[in-house]
Amino acid sequence: MNLFINGKGIELDCHTAFQAREMIGNPTDIVILSGFQIEEDCLLKENDKLAIIPKGILPPQEELESMMVARHTPYVHEKVKKGKVAIAGLGGLGSNIAVMLARIGVGQLLLVDFDIVEPSNLNRQSYYISHLGMPKTAALRKQIEEINPFIKIETQTTRITEDNIVEIFSGYDILCEAFDKPEAKSILVNTAIEKLPGMKIVAASGMAGYESSNLMRTVRPMKNLYLCGDLENGARIGRGLMAPRVQICAGHQANMVLRLLLGIEEV
Amino acid sequence: MKVNGKTIVLENNLSLSGFLEENQYDARLIAVERNGEIVPRSTYGNVVLEDEDILEIVSFVGGG
Repeated sequence: MNLFINGKGIELDCHTAFQAREMIGNPTDIVILSGFQIEEDCLLKENDKLAIIPKGILPPQEELESMMVARHTPYVHEKVKKGKVAIAGLGGLGSNIAVMLARIGVGQLLLVDFDIVEPSNLNRQSYYISHLGMPKTAALRKQIEEINPFIKIETQTTRITEDNIVEIFSGYDILCEAFDKPEAKSILVNTAIEKLPGMKIVAASGMAGYESSNLMRTVRPMKNLYLCGDLENGARIGRGLMAPRVQICAGHQANMVLRLLLGIEEV
Repeated sequence: MKVNGKTIVLENNLSLSGFLEENQYDARLIAVERNGEIVPRSTYGNVVLEDEDILEIVSFVGGG
C-alpha cells in the first residue's frame, strides 16, 4: 500500500504499522501514526502518515522536519507553516510564546524587543545564564534555531512606539502583544486595531502573583482583539511576576494563535 | 447605553472622556470600541455618547 513515512511517499507491502517498522527500521524505533505514538500494532490504511524514528540519532535534514511534526494532529502542520506571526515584547510572555510557536512550526516569526537579557528576567522568561547581556532578539533567535531550524525568524531590536507600529508589523497576520507596562499594551493594541485593519491581535492582561491558575482565560472583547489572562491581577509592589502564571498566560496566547492559524476564530 | 454588556442610564451630552472619568477608567490604560469601531485615543473628548451606543472597554493591567 501507499504510505507517507517520515514525510516521503513510499509503496510498501505491509498491513500494519509494526510491519512497516520491521521493513524500514529497527525494533526499538518509535512509531507515530497520525499524530499518536503507538505502543501496540495497528492496521494501516492507504495513504496513512507514519513517523518511524530511531532514538538518539540525528536524522538527515530532509527527514528531521517531518519527524519533528509527527506528534501534531494530521494536516495541522501544513496550515501552521504558512503562518506569519509577530511578537511585540520578548519578556515572560513573548519569549515563551515564541518558543511555543517555534515548536509547533509556525513558518515565520517576527521578534521585536529593545532590551537585553538581565538576571531578573530568568525567573520567568525563556533565557539562560549564557544569554545575560545579549539582546533578547538575538538570545531568542539562538534558542529557536536549536528547537526548530525550519522556520524563518526576523528580528528587530528596537523600541516600539506609536509611530513605528504600522511600519514594523505590516504584512503579519497575527500580532501578539507581550509587553509588561500597561500603557505600552494600550498604545500597541489601540494603534494596531485602528491602523492595521484585519490583523488579529492576541494580547494579555493579568497574570501576576500566584492566584489560582483557573482564573486565567481567553476572551474576545472586540472582533480583532483576543485577551488572555485573569484580566485583573496586575504586577505591583508586593505582587511579583513568576514563571507559572506567566507561562499559563503565554500558553493561552500561543493556543489562540494556533487556533487562528487553523481558521478557528472562537476563543 | 450598553457598556461591556451591561445596560446603564446615560446622562445627557456626556462625552466619552467624561464617562471614563466618572467611572474611574484611566484613559491611558484602556481601549474603547464604540458600536464595533475602535475609538482613537485622541478623540475621547470629542465623542458624545448616545443612548443606542454599545461600548466595549478593555482595561490593561501590568505584567508580562
